[in-house]
Amino acid sequence: MAMKKPPRIKVPHSVRTGEVIEVKTLATHMMETGNRKDAEGNVIPRDIIHNFTAAFDGTPVFSAELGPGIAANPYIAFYLKVPGPGALTLTWRDDSGATTVERVELNVV
Amino acid sequence: MLGAGALSLAAGLIETTAPAHAGERSAQYNAALRALLGAATPRDGGIELDLPDAVENGDYVPVALAVPSPMTAQDHVKAIHLLSTLNPRAHVATFRFTLLSGEARVTSRMRLAKTQDVVAIAELGDGTFLKALRRVDVKIGGCGI
Repeated sequence: MAMKKPPRIKVPHSVRTGEVIEVKTLATHMMETGNRKDAEGNVIPRDIIHNFTAAFDGTPVFSAELGPGIAANPYIAFYLKVPGPGALTLTWRDDSGATTVERVELNVV
Repeated sequence: MLGAGALSLAAGLIETTAPAHAGERSAQYNAALRALLGAATPRDGGIELDLPDAVENGDYVPVALAVPSPMTAQDHVKAIHLLSTLNPRAHVATFRFTLLSGEARVTSRMRLAKTQDVVAIAELGDGTFLKALRRVDVKIGGCGI
C-alpha cells in the first residue's frame, strides 16, 4: 500500500567532506504481517516494506531487507561518510509494488 | 465440577503466559541461522546489540546494532542480520553496509511476539561471523506477528 504521507528524513544542517553523519528515516506504513485475520477469519495478506536502499549520487551506501518483525512505520537510522557535495537518494519498496523515492541534497560546507 | 474446570482453566492460563524457557529456539530460527552461517562458526561478542531488558508492549521495541570497524577495503563489516528466536518469522532484518557507510551501525524498531532471545549475526569482509544475543522480557506480545 502506497505511503499515506511522505517519509520523514533528518540529516545534519551542514556537513563536512569526510564526516560520518547519521541519517534518520521514518516511513509511514502499517507493515501488515500476513499473520493476522479479519473479523470473518480470512487472513489479511502480507504487505510490508521489504526493501530500503540509500545511495549517494548513484553509489550504494546502505540497504536493508526487512521482514514482518520490523515494527509498523519503519524507523531506520544509518550512517554516511560524506564523500563531498551531492545528494542522497532513499528508496522504500513494499509488497504491493509501491515504491517511494526521496532525494536529500547535503549542505556541504 | 465447576471448581475443577476453573482450576484447570487457571492452570492453562498460567502455562501459556509463563516466560519462555531460556535458550528456547524455533525450528525456523535454527534453519535461518544455518542458512546464514553455512559451515562457519561465529565468534561470540564484537557486536553491540542494544535492546531494553523488558518491554510492556512488543509492538515497538527499539533496537540498536553496531560493530566497531574502520570500514576500509581491508577491514569492514558487510552486513548485520537480526534474528528472533520465537517470533513466527525468525528473520527480522538484514542491514548491508558499504565503505561509504563509514560506520557499521544502525538503529530501528522491531516486534517481539513474546519473551525471547534476540540474536544478531555480523558478516565481516574476511568471511567470518560474529554473534551477539540479548534476552528481552515482553509483557504484551507484538500484535499479529
